[in-house]
Amino acid sequence: MFRNIKRGWRPFVVLLLFLIIWEFAVKKAEVPAWLLPTPSQISLELINGWSSVSLHLFSTVKLIMLGFFAGVTVGLLTAIILHNIPFLKDSFYPILILSQNIPIIVLAPLLVIWFGFGLLPKMIVITLVCFFPITISALDGFRQTAPELVHYMQMAGASKKQLFWKLEFPFALPSIFSGLKISATYSVMGAVISEWLGSEQGIGVYMTLASSSFRTDRVFVAIFIIMTLSLLFFALINLIERSVIRWKKGGNQDGAA
Amino acid sequence: MEQLELKRLSFHYQSIQVLKELQFTITSGEFVTILGPSGSGKSTIFQLIGGLLSPSSGTIFLNDKEITGRRGHISYMPQTPSLMPWRTILQNVILGQELHSKKDIVKAEEMLVKAGLIEYKDAYPHELSGGMMQRVAFLRALISPQPIICLDEPFSALDELTRQEMQSWLLSIWEEYKKTIIFITHNIEEALYLSDRILILSEKPAFIKKEIQVPFPRPREEAIIFTEDFLQNKKAIHQFLKGTDH
Repeated sequence: MFRNIKRGWRPFVVLLLFLIIWEFAVKKAEVPAWLLPTPSQISLELINGWSSVSLHLFSTVKLIMLGFFAGVTVGLLTAIILHNIPFLKDSFYPILILSQNIPIIVLAPLLVIWFGFGLLPKMIVITLVCFFPITISALDGFRQTAPELVHYMQMAGASKKQLFWKLEFPFALPSIFSGLKISATYSVMGAVISEWLGSEQGIGVYMTLASSSFRTDRVFVAIFIIMTLSLLFFALINLIERSVIRWKKGGNQDGAA
Repeated sequence: MEQLELKRLSFHYQSIQVLKELQFTITSGEFVTILGPSGSGKSTIFQLIGGLLSPSSGTIFLNDKEITGRRGHISYMPQTPSLMPWRTILQNVILGQELHSKKDIVKAEEMLVKAGLIEYKDAYPHELSGGMMQRVAFLRALISPQPIICLDEPFSALDELTRQEMQSWLLSIWEEYKKTIIFITHNIEEALYLSDRILILSEKPAFIKKEIQVPFPRPREEAIIFTEDFLQNKKAIHQFLKGTDH
């Protein structure tokens, strides 16, 4: 923990300097607040409007959690199925990449037309941005399983199922966690975008309202909340990773890397 | 009592013939070493017995049942320890057992005590030295339910002193459990010190060129390797291996 603080102070100072420069530059140049508010105005807005912001925040966090869970489930299932059935992998791997080329902004309104304003289209949007990093990292992890361990398992007579659950899956865990961390940050963006589709609450809604009424300070409040959420989710996955992967303490072997 | 029987086993890798009508039998409780030059297809024999490969011709019987091309009938210890890094030592030891039958943690702990590794039972493999990891790999093979253990040059990656220590340790544990062992090595001294019988492989395509009954009684002392008798035997095998090469 102490080491983290020792290493973490540099980006913190950079951020602080950036905010200070921003504050004074805006004041000096007398930029109007609707064009670019100062950090102090933004934080004041955050504190004053907290009671309404917190409702939006709560709703978004719930959406992120649900969406991330759906994305992780779909991502892992896809990876497990594709890995164990090679002909499916050959046929679907390129299509997976194509799925990432669909512009979400264009797809989102279509989803509303197809599925209405409920939870389903939002889940689809978040899942679509979340599952890909997990599927790819899990597939890579499975594929990179140490050949000598595979050889041992086969010689010892392990079935295909045992080979997967007792060797390939745990071997891929560090790699899967890398994917989870990327997806965790994506899921925040995904949730906000999905809220633009039409929602009663959420940071996405707050943001749209703010920008259409030229409340730039609120837009920035939303931006900072989104950034903080991403950071928190990333840290949470990191924490879970550390408690799950205890065998790499020394870091002297680099499993999946 | 007959146990493992290889009958006229031939194997081709692409167009190269690796094994040529190889045959031998191993009876229950025996410690047999397959000795051969590098690249003579020693590991191929294990992959055939283990069912990873299928022979071009010939059959393998275990207790009069054909097991050609079928997996799971032997337990195995490879050249590298191949322990699962996410399993503790105890969990690694029971892995071989876990694949085929119920886990017997009591027996595993008892074995760890005899092997002098009990204090490491909750440690992870990366915390152990190379020699200790090999001991764990051997226990894992020993506790597996199959009657035959195949050891594929298990000590070749260890330094000379650790290797001798490991050989004596292996004998002491083996004499207690008396499982059938097939041991692959290219080290003559190791073969003589450990086994009841030595099968010498020819160059590729490999067949059993000569079979030697090791005359030394058990239990064997480490000092045996310095006796005149031992050295004579070693010399004879060495000359045999060399003589037929040219």
